[in-house]
Amino acid sequence: MSFLDLKNVTKIYPNGTKAVHETSLSVDEGEFMVFVGPSGCGKSTLLRMVAGLEDITEGDINLDGKLINEVDPSERDVAMVFQNYALYPHMNVYNNLAYGLKNRGIDKETIEQKVNDAAKLLQISDYLQRKPSMLSGGQRQRVAMGRAIVRNPKIFLFDEPLSNLDAKLRIQMRLEIKKLQQKVGVTSIFVTHDQVEAMTLADRLAVINNGIIEQLGTPIEIYDNPKSLFVAGFIGSPQMNFLDGNIKNKTLSAEGFEIKDIDSDFEGEVKLGIRPEHLSQSENSLINLKVDLVEQLGSDNLVYGQLKDKKDFCYRCPGNLTIEKGADLSLNIENNKYYIFDKSTGKRVN
Amino acid sequence: MTRFITSSFSHLILLIGILIMLVPVWMIFASSTHTSSMINMNGLQMFLGDSFYENYLRVLLYQGGFFKEITALKMFFNSFIMATGVAILSVVTSLMAAYALVYYRIKYATLLFWIIFITILVPLELRIFPTYSVMAELNLVNSYFGLIVPISASAIATLFFRQFYKTVPDELLESAKLDGANTWRFFVDFLIPLSKTMIVAMLIFMFVFGYNQYLWPLLVTTSEQYWTVVMGLKMMSGSIVHRFAFVMMSMVPPILIIIVLQKYFIKGVFQDK
Repeated sequence: MSFLDLKNVTKIYPNGTKAVHETSLSVDEGEFMVFVGPSGCGKSTLLRMVAGLEDITEGDINLDGKLINEVDPSERDVAMVFQNYALYPHMNVYNNLAYGLKNRGIDKETIEQKVNDAAKLLQISDYLQRKPSMLSGGQRQRVAMGRAIVRNPKIFLFDEPLSNLDAKLRIQMRLEIKKLQQKVGVTSIFVTHDQVEAMTLADRLAVINNGIIEQLGTPIEIYDNPKSLFVAGFIGSPQMNFLDGNIKNKTLSAEGFEIKDIDSDFEGEVKLGIRPEHLSQSENSLINLKVDLVEQLGSDNLVYGQLKDKKDFCYRCPGNLTIEKGADLSLNIENNKYYIFDKSTGKRVN
Repeated sequence: MTRFITSSFSHLILLIGILIMLVPVWMIFASSTHTSSMINMNGLQMFLGDSFYENYLRVLLYQGGFFKEITALKMFFNSFIMATGVAILSVVTSLMAAYALVYYRIKYATLLFWIIFITILVPLELRIFPTYSVMAELNLVNSYFGLIVPISASAIATLFFRQFYKTVPDELLESAKLDGANTWRFFVDFLIPLSKTMIVAMLIFMFVFGYNQYLWPLLVTTSEQYWTVVMGLKMMSGSIVHRFAFVMMSMVPPILIIIVLQKYFIKGVFQDK
């Protein structure tokens, strides 16, 4: 049994909404697990069930070998960082950090020691006497993390903690969270709707949609090998291009081109997925793109345009290539990196 | 220039208002420092006389009432006990009632709250007979307890605290829970400190409310030992200057409370975030 074990966990709200469907998942000790999905997919609900803030309708949650379904949140020994930090506004930073320790009846000197250690680790030692209202967003974020660290819990839970920060700070804090987690080595679950955050932070990643884990794996596995249409569309930026197609006798025909000898026995209506970064310009072209718009990011250019059938399409090329609006590009798929999905079920077939 | 004129005009109106309110008070005060024969002959006075100490000391220590059992000093003491008791008891009960209404999963909590709120429409005067008979059955007539308890349930304070608790984000409770706080700790460590200014405001409000009670103390006390200041205003016999002096003194406690705590009062009633 692994450190955190979810077995067929289901959540049905009193109004009948099914937020989480029979989800099973295990997280190893010291692992950084990220739940990623669009808003309302049930990822936060799942996290809150681990914390004990939501009742579990069905299924079991085991933490460190102990069934915790009925255990009060205060007894679970988990720490959570909330989206709006939920710092205690009437207490200074020191007391914010110390409060959980005081409730556990730890003696004063040990508390002081622990708070100071955590403050040093997070570089908030200078603000210990300040009230949260006197801190900036980033500092508040650190205090919220400090409050989690100081208790040395079995598991850290992060509920979209970076979404209130500006873009620059978000990237910085993302790095710091990862470094900190590696240093402290505590098992962590991080919930986000931002796929870049998810990819960069995770040891393993659970892509959740409509209360179901669509795919579980390392970020690279999921990027390279998406198992469903949803995962393919959700992970990767800019989004994967999808084209309608049809397979007969191992030949895929899409609007305007064909791919022969595909690695699938599937026959019928499909969606063909191609990542914008897996395309290159070449003579013997497969796809013809009429350019509408070019976004120059410096290192890369994102080229948006339309195919013959007026379908929107995106191509990512190195920043040193100059591409004019209105140009016609001939593109080829690099190394046969394309994905084929059953149009009716959304499952991958190649 | 027009701005100067409009602002002077509004100041003028305010000044007139202040004068209308203050002049009578001043006249009573000025008159209370003269001898009564002076007032009887010449009417109310605008300027101070020289009998201040004599009049005020006599009023404080004079054995008043029908049976000459009570002094003004004792009345102040009674009023203080009653007002403080009402203030503390009503704030404590409404804090807890609001906590239960907002944070406990009570069925029909909103309905319950509105039922509590409707009691505002039922003033003490309406329920005075049943309330009196309850107090009489419990042998609480002629006691501080009997003076305080029946007017200590405050729907207004419950409303204020309830509305405030509803603005406290849920994450605070959840975070406190994960930090090991039980329901009681959350109440004591979070809600009470967070509503500190509002508590002070309600204390002042209820203190003045308790101090100003007239009808209820009149009914529930038969012994002069329990007379309050406001009752005394009516009951005190004596010469005109002594009554004036008593009126002046009766205004002091509420004014003092407001002056000392007005900073909190304003903050609490008009919560600035």
